[in-house]
Amino acid sequence: MRTFQDIVFDLKRYWARQGCLIQEPYDVEVGAGTMSPETFLRVLGPAPYSVAYVQPSRRPADGRYGENPNRLYKHMQLQVILKPAPADVIELYMKSLEAIGIDLRRHDFKLEEDNWEAPTLGAWGIGWQVMLDGLEITQFTYFQQCGGIDLDVIPVELTYGLERLAAFIQDADSVYDIRWNERWTYRDVRFQEELQFSVYNFEKADVGSLWKAFDLYEAESKRLVDEYRQLRGCDSEEAARRFPLLAAYDGVLKCSHLFNLLDARGAISVTERVAVIGRVRALAVGVAQAWVRQHERARQPASQEAALP
Amino acid sequence: MRAQDFLLEIGVEEIPDWMIAGALADLRRLFLGVLEKSQLHQGVEISTHATPRRLVLFAKQVPEKQPDSKEIVTGPPASAPEQAVAGFARKMGAEIGQLKKISTGKGEYYSYTRRLKGRRAVDLLGEALPAVILGISWPKSMTWTGKSGPRFIRPIRWLLALYGGRVVPFELGGVRSDRYTYGHRRLAVERRIRAADFGSFREGLRKNYVLLDAAERRQSIQQGVRRLLGGEQNGLRLRPNEKLLETLVNLTEWPAPILGGFDPEFLSLPEEVLVTVMQHHQKYFSVEDSQRRLAPHFIAVMNLDADPQGFIRHGHERVLRARFNDARFFWETDQKKPLRDRLEDLKHVTFYKDWTYWDKTERNRNLLVNVFGGGELALRANQLAKCDLTTELVKEFTELQGIVGGLYARAQGEPEEVALAIYDHYQPVPRTETGRVVALADRVETLQSFFGIGLMPTGSKDPFALRRTALSVVRILVEGRRQDRLSRLFEPPEWREFILDRARYYFREMRGYRYDEVNAVLAAGSENLADAAGRLEALHQVRPTENFEPLATSFKRIKNILIQAGGMECFGSSFDPASLEPGPEQELYAGFQRVAPEVRGLKNERRYLEALIAIASLRPKVDLFFDKVLVNAPDERIRANRLNFLAQLLREFSTIADFSEIVISGEQHS
Repeated sequence: MRTFQDIVFDLKRYWARQGCLIQEPYDVEVGAGTMSPETFLRVLGPAPYSVAYVQPSRRPADGRYGENPNRLYKHMQLQVILKPAPADVIELYMKSLEAIGIDLRRHDFKLEEDNWEAPTLGAWGIGWQVMLDGLEITQFTYFQQCGGIDLDVIPVELTYGLERLAAFIQDADSVYDIRWNERWTYRDVRFQEELQFSVYNFEKADVGSLWKAFDLYEAESKRLVDEYRQLRGCDSEEAARRFPLLAAYDGVLKCSHLFNLLDARGAISVTERVAVIGRVRALAVGVAQAWVRQHERARQPASQEAALP
Repeated sequence: MRAQDFLLEIGVEEIPDWMIAGALADLRRLFLGVLEKSQLHQGVEISTHATPRRLVLFAKQVPEKQPDSKEIVTGPPASAPEQAVAGFARKMGAEIGQLKKISTGKGEYYSYTRRLKGRRAVDLLGEALPAVILGISWPKSMTWTGKSGPRFIRPIRWLLALYGGRVVPFELGGVRSDRYTYGHRRLAVERRIRAADFGSFREGLRKNYVLLDAAERRQSIQQGVRRLLGGEQNGLRLRPNEKLLETLVNLTEWPAPILGGFDPEFLSLPEEVLVTVMQHHQKYFSVEDSQRRLAPHFIAVMNLDADPQGFIRHGHERVLRARFNDARFFWETDQKKPLRDRLEDLKHVTFYKDWTYWDKTERNRNLLVNVFGGGELALRANQLAKCDLTTELVKEFTELQGIVGGLYARAQGEPEEVALAIYDHYQPVPRTETGRVVALADRVETLQSFFGIGLMPTGSKDPFALRRTALSVVRILVEGRRQDRLSRLFEPPEWREFILDRARYYFREMRGYRYDEVNAVLAAGSENLADAAGRLEALHQVRPTENFEPLATSFKRIKNILIQAGGMECFGSSFDPASLEPGPEQELYAGFQRVAPEVRGLKNERRYLEALIAIASLRPKVDLFFDKVLVNAPDERIRANRLNFLAQLLREFSTIADFSEIVISGEQHS
């Protein structure tokens, strides 16, 4: 039996062989692997990049107290970014499935139109959902825009739903029955978390505190971006290069997660909703634009290889 | 002129199924445009083909060369100095002796007839093909080689272009045209397939598990289904779904159906839910038994040749089981909070901007009470109609809104009439009286509200589908035989005009009446559309009868006479019967006196056909009148009286349809 962790190992090893850097998950709460700076910021600008990482992704509203066999508050994505997208990317992707033991000669593989869009990130792309015997196992996207910026080097993003893949491979009817390794199941590892966070997200989270946190993180992120914008051409390169836009981006992620929490808590009214999404988006776009400028500045005089930190 | 076959294949990553037909139509049109512009179109036959991964155009017998042509180039005037003439000749590559003098409007000029050699088709095609390919329009396109690179639906990965068996060279987005195609992603036996002509191309693909023709893929699915259901012995039948079949044809290169099953216990869930999951979400055909009841089976179509070990069937069954379990879970969860307890929750569901479904429900209710006189059941149905928007099942399967509400209402002990009204209220015309009045109030409210904030659609943009909403109002009024007066529903005339525009569309396009019949009937009254529909049908029936069209012509003549004499409004308050001339005029009056009350009586009983036949019976008298009587009598008093009489006659008989709107064949529609 190929365990959950085997699948992760095999996918990572496969993509490492294709030249990907293997990263670890980002340590701020995110709703999807796309939001990790390893995707959101790396796809901006011209520098090529190839990376793969597992990203636990939190969607508070999808929590089901550990009772639903297919729905999770937090699920694991394996995220691959290939920038620029190679011409044989679909074949590469198909081989990755073979690498985790899926014989595509014996399974029904289809690419069905599914364009991806993340309004809070000012990001969208064109692509498919990958269907395997009628099950959606991966979102396959050619990014077109990120942080409101049209991309010139087009990356491809492959987002594997690891629980679904594992349940498929192990023929498990419930994600909680997935063998994580020989000794423990997915239930052993994650059930408590699903239950307790569902209780927190739906029942206990203090709306006032969440809003306060949202406002604080928003202000901090915005303050930083504004300060970066005030830098002038005559300010030292050093001042621009060391400016902590990455910290400003963490603020965007915090706000996005707090928005999701408030939403799950039913605390965002109809009128507020659009406005709050707009606030998060404005932050994300602000950071993305500043980030692009920071790296254009860095590229011009100094060494090319130091283009990205 | 010799001619050769041309073959183009655009190799693309998987194209969305529903875009393929439009793309092929564009490809054909653009390619034909190039041939015509280059005068290469004589005798050419074009066919197009596609799978998800390729758009193919085959043109039979494209001439090898453009015909040669001549061009007369005008040079300097005849009076120009010798040098200028010599210069012109040199430029034309000719001797001065070869120039001719021609006269133009501006005087005499030198000219030269230049012979243009026709260019080779292979060169012209190579130049034109990139623009032909990129000229295909897509609902949403992408770039893959950068912002300045080509835009297409998905990345182009190969190009095959052959003319007379030789490659037509061109390049697009870094891909060079060649003579190779590629087979099925998993089943292909060759890495690439060399094509010499269309025949070897098609056969090469077939050997590599690609059926190029959609018709063949369709047949393959249909035959497979017949094999699986094995005739009548097990009594299973496919529920036909043409749209789904088309989707599957365009999602596969080598389709094969498989039969799967599910636990019959799930059949306790409403069929609507099961069928939606199978057809919309999973793209499976549903299957029924000999009594047409849903059977615990489904048919999935693979893009693969076979499933010998049943892995794929097992996978699909597993997915469907999870989906059905979800649906059952939602169904059970939703029951914990009946619809009637969800009204408050509607305050959090947006209808438009900060306007919620709770607000909408209230406004619908006001209309039901104040305008439509809706009864208890209608009010109850309206109150619950939108509550299913807060249920898990509708959040998951949005296409089931209304239907789920109806099913829940029934399960929660609401009266059947209420349940049916909720179930139907998004349908164009609900089945029950209560359903119709609830749906009508809902739609009239939507229109009033959007019109009220200035969002009446203009031009082709209609983001809130208000035209469709208005059409549905028309259909409910007419098909539901409702007697509501339009001006009570829509007060400002321009709002009414919007509805009437849909009414004209409905009567013409959906009911097949002629435009002038529709105009005639609506001109005689458009307040009550159900009544207008009755008059329209009567008019349509009386029209072919012998007296009708001549009478309509005479009525139009009367109208024109009255208009010339100052307008309809100047006439007809009264006239003196005694002053009418004996003979045809008095006879017409007698006919009028006889027919008018009869028509009025028939009209009151809405026996419009008989009323129209009665009117038409006046034709001989009207004909005789116009034949013998001079309308514009010299005596002013007689003339005025006569015009008053005619106006009265016209008015009396124009209440069912305004005959002057009828366009008689041979007449021009103004």
